[in-house]
Amino acid sequence: MSAIPPPDGVPSGPAPTLSPLDASGVDAAVSAALAAFGAARDLDELKAARLAHGGDRSPLSLANRAIGGLAPHDKAEAGRRLGAARGQVAAALARRQEELEAERDERVLVEEAVDVTLPAGRRPVGARHPLQLLQERIADVFVTMGWEIAEGPEVEAEWFNFDALNFGVDHPARQMQDTFFVAPPAGEADSGLVLRTHTSPVQARTLLERDLPVYIACPGKTFRTDELDATHTPVFHQVEGLAVDKGLTMAHLKGTLDHFARAVFGPEARTRLRPSFFPFTEPSAEMDLWFPQKKGGPGWVEWGGCGMVNPNVLRACGVDPEVYSGFAFGMGIERTLMFRHGIADMHDMVEGDVRFSLQLEGTI
Amino acid sequence: MPRIPLTWLAEHVDLPAGTTAEQLAADLVRVGLEEEAVHGAAVTGPLVVGRVVERTPEQQKNGKTINWCRVDVGSHNEVADDGTLRPRGIVCGAHNFEVGDLVVVALPGAVLPGPFAIASRRTYGHVSDGMICSAKELDLGEDHDGIIVLSPDDVDAAPGDDAKALLGLGEEVLEINVTPDRGYCFSMRGVAREYGHSTGAAFRDPAVLAEADARPSTGDGFEVQVEDREPVHGVPGCDRFVAQVVRGVRAHGPSPAWMQRRLTQAGMRPISLAVDVTNYVMLDLGQPLHAYDLAQVSAPIVVRRAGPGEQLRTLDGTLRDLHPEDLLITDSPARVGRAGRVLGLAGVMGGAESEVTDATTDLLIEAAHFDPVSVARTARRHRIPSEAGRRFERGVDPRLPRVAARRAVELLLQHGGGTADESVTDLDRTAPPTVVDLPLDLPARLVGVPYTTQEVTETLTDIGCSVEVGDGTARVTVPSWRPDLVVPVDLVEEVARLRGYDAIPSVVPQAPAGRGLTRAQLARRGVADALAAAGFVEVLSYPFVGAHQHDALALPSDDARRHAVRLLNPLSDEQPEMRTHLLVTLLETVRRNVGRGLTDLALVETGLVTRPGPAASPAPQLPGGVLPTADQLAALDGAVPPQPRHVAGVLTGLREPAGWWGSGRRADHTDAVEAALLVGRSVGVPLTVSAGAVAPWHPGRTAEVRLPDGTVVGHAGELHPRVVAALELPARTVAFELDLDAVLAVAPTEPVQAVPVSTFPPAKEDIALVVAEDVPVGDLLAAVRAGASSSEAGDLLEELRVFDVYRGAPVPDGHKSVAFSLRLRAADRTLTSAEAAAVRESAVAEAHRRHGASLRA
Repeated sequence: MSAIPPPDGVPSGPAPTLSPLDASGVDAAVSAALAAFGAARDLDELKAARLAHGGDRSPLSLANRAIGGLAPHDKAEAGRRLGAARGQVAAALARRQEELEAERDERVLVEEAVDVTLPAGRRPVGARHPLQLLQERIADVFVTMGWEIAEGPEVEAEWFNFDALNFGVDHPARQMQDTFFVAPPAGEADSGLVLRTHTSPVQARTLLERDLPVYIACPGKTFRTDELDATHTPVFHQVEGLAVDKGLTMAHLKGTLDHFARAVFGPEARTRLRPSFFPFTEPSAEMDLWFPQKKGGPGWVEWGGCGMVNPNVLRACGVDPEVYSGFAFGMGIERTLMFRHGIADMHDMVEGDVRFSLQLEGTI
Repeated sequence: MPRIPLTWLAEHVDLPAGTTAEQLAADLVRVGLEEEAVHGAAVTGPLVVGRVVERTPEQQKNGKTINWCRVDVGSHNEVADDGTLRPRGIVCGAHNFEVGDLVVVALPGAVLPGPFAIASRRTYGHVSDGMICSAKELDLGEDHDGIIVLSPDDVDAAPGDDAKALLGLGEEVLEINVTPDRGYCFSMRGVAREYGHSTGAAFRDPAVLAEADARPSTGDGFEVQVEDREPVHGVPGCDRFVAQVVRGVRAHGPSPAWMQRRLTQAGMRPISLAVDVTNYVMLDLGQPLHAYDLAQVSAPIVVRRAGPGEQLRTLDGTLRDLHPEDLLITDSPARVGRAGRVLGLAGVMGGAESEVTDATTDLLIEAAHFDPVSVARTARRHRIPSEAGRRFERGVDPRLPRVAARRAVELLLQHGGGTADESVTDLDRTAPPTVVDLPLDLPARLVGVPYTTQEVTETLTDIGCSVEVGDGTARVTVPSWRPDLVVPVDLVEEVARLRGYDAIPSVVPQAPAGRGLTRAQLARRGVADALAAAGFVEVLSYPFVGAHQHDALALPSDDARRHAVRLLNPLSDEQPEMRTHLLVTLLETVRRNVGRGLTDLALVETGLVTRPGPAASPAPQLPGGVLPTADQLAALDGAVPPQPRHVAGVLTGLREPAGWWGSGRRADHTDAVEAALLVGRSVGVPLTVSAGAVAPWHPGRTAEVRLPDGTVVGHAGELHPRVVAALELPARTVAFELDLDAVLAVAPTEPVQAVPVSTFPPAKEDIALVVAEDVPVGDLLAAVRAGASSSEAGDLLEELRVFDVYRGAPVPDGHKSVAFSLRLRAADRTLTSAEAAAVRESAVAEAHRRHGASLRA
């Protein structure tokens, strides 16, 4: 360990003995100490100055120790003098210690700085599929209204998909659904099964299973024999809504749709109804959505179909249409996602490219 | 779907001058007729009538012969050197014209459908200064065999006249989408009526029914008999048949230009006067008609169902095997006897034999009414999408046949000469009009708008109903053209529709307090969120698969996953089955991503798979509108194959990315296992693993994933190298798949009960145990855990980890050293070294007892 050079102003060699009664000597020692502390450039130099001026062998300490040997009448004065002097030195030391520590800290923090712009990302990044997230968001909207979320099978009995919903075997609407039919078991003519063409069979299942009143939404996968192109996909998703209660009217349908539109597309969104036809509703309506984020400027788009549940559907599910009425609606989740995010082509939503899911990750 | 030329529509309803197709669409959509398309002015620029004045065939080197023509286009003729006008020179490849014919010429500057801009151009050694057009080039039909030659008989045109107006090419046409309940809107008559409802414009019914029906049938017309032994659903196949004879008509000549233009605008191809007139009346009124060559038809005509083995060659040239349910129009030639020859499929398509030919002069006009269901079934069975069938299956006004036949006869006589027989056949067995009793408060009760009785009755009267108001109920007789109005709610829709849907207020209903998401719904979200948080990207794949995909996964021939639900009409014959597990389709998604240069992947999919039982029974066919019995419902549910929800994931390439911090880490089997266990952990089910693989996994690098009771619910590990090679996946691809429903089924139903967190200091112990190589670390771990938890000192084990596996000296051959770290803690005291030692000894003893493990020296 190399010897620490004496700080400026501190005489080397043994310090001359300072008498506790030497007032000017004590003052000089204090001045010397303060000067030495002030001159210390770093904590090491300060430590040497502290040893020289405040240590056990420093003149003030030695003088302090010498008080015991004084005549009693001198003790008090000497004690006061040296106490004040040592207090002054200790305070100056503490002040300088603090200053130099702050300087050191500042220097060290600068020295150990790193480039925080080096890319982070050691953990793999995952994401939910936007269609799944949207279905969950939609479910939450309805759950908040007190509705519940119902589900049903994707390979479905024709009766649930069509007959229960008032699509007669020979009804043209049944032919318009572009249905995937399930091949019959060996030796049978017909399987009686289809891939559900809409989420509406859940309406019938719900009414058969649950006690009235019923308020349910059903997001889920549906199938039509369309080739994949920019606006069609053979496998897609819908959300179905069904309410059956006493005294429900088309006004309640309209109110529900408006609320739903606002929850998904913001407070300015609204809906309008146009006359249409569905076998399972009467009156029936097409529903248009107006929303401000529409690509190309605010405006109307076709969003889904809806209407008052046809009494034949209620009867098929054991509900008395004289007592209860209900409304139902359905819309495409893909379309909804396309509207919300300005997606022009179906392909990205269905091909499973990870870049699609990752880019919509932060959607609130 | 029907196309509405605006000038045609204006014949039946007051359409304000200058109405555009767009405005018409806006008016019609309010009453439920949606716009399908607006077919704009098809041709712009100079399209004119020309007269061919010179035609010089020139043989070309390529073997083709072209015609170098001079065509007089009146004021559009070219200016010759001497300042006079002379006919333009045009090259034409067609040959179906002569000098003197009137043709259609597109001059430079014209734009034809395509769009195809016409310019003066050099070709075959000439400068062709325009083009002589075919029907196809003008989008007037498919006829591309020759150019259009205008008949001077019905075209009053001179060279230079605008041909756009002549051909109707300058006018917009609105195509509308008609819902299946509105068959009557497949006609100008119906659309005009709806336009009147929407705007209040005056509607003039072109079929004034009462008047037509007032004239009694003479009873001595062409003999027609209807015999329907097997009506579908008890509904007679034919309840009205009107027939009338017209003689001496130029049946095969062209129809007038205005009629051709309207047919073309409406999307039909002009053929001959007889065919065009029947089509025109159908488009106008909605009544399909058929014109037979009277010379080819032998009385009586008999309408009957097909017999066994009968066949018919239809107008489209196809020979068809008939079905006993097909309703036929037959006649009775002497050689085959009564009803012995099939003339056509009733209401769907005629046969080739009685077709109108260029020799035809005498016609039998048929206007009949057929059962929608019978027609729909026949059209579907034989896949004939005909204009007639489309109308009949949606319901045609049964009061129309007489009116329509008379209109057709008028047009034939007017444009083809000849005379009509006085006598008319009219077999009329139509049912009386439908009467509906409507509770007068029902519209308000269902729609939520307080309609007055007057509003309700006025609206229904407007649409053609007659209404008698009683005490709280209206007795409503619906018009013949509205077979869709059957029950009170049908009338409610009419009231709501015509009073306007925009009058309906917006009221949020008050649902009773709900129970929120079900446990399963919450749990599935938890699983999906946990996997996404662990770095998996969720994808969705189509569930369609083919056997070849299972071959690629090396599934054994008797693997249960090969037993799939099969589709009758798959999109691709290569993929006719529904997936029985997720990996088969998820791996295709992996391949697609890899093919796009994305090789570090962690994909996950959650979805249903279809697992049919060994003996599937068909779902019963039950009627709508009736509650099935409990047994019937059970049969329905029994026929629907089980569709458990699975979750599967695939990892390729790096699991942790490389970067400036160093190289990344390749995904390996532990990542698949970890993800599988995460699924269990996120729903409170402690899954366990043991060695065991099935295809498509690597036999030595795959774990069976088990429920706490030992049931195997899936697999996790590395894929078989041969599968990886066959699918061209990145080497060492790993995957997992679990039956998520099976995991959720054992998830705790009660909340986990918390144990207080001890604040006493822990004691840490490390143990290295030497065991035979064939002892799975998982088993050794279980032994250490069991031993440590059951020491004399009590259950003090807080955490147990494997931190090293070592092989090599001084560990004997065939052995390995496995190092464990234990964190011990008591709930109520600081542990002594004696207690820690007791735990350690107990753990070692149990490992020794179960697996012969010894403490490593």
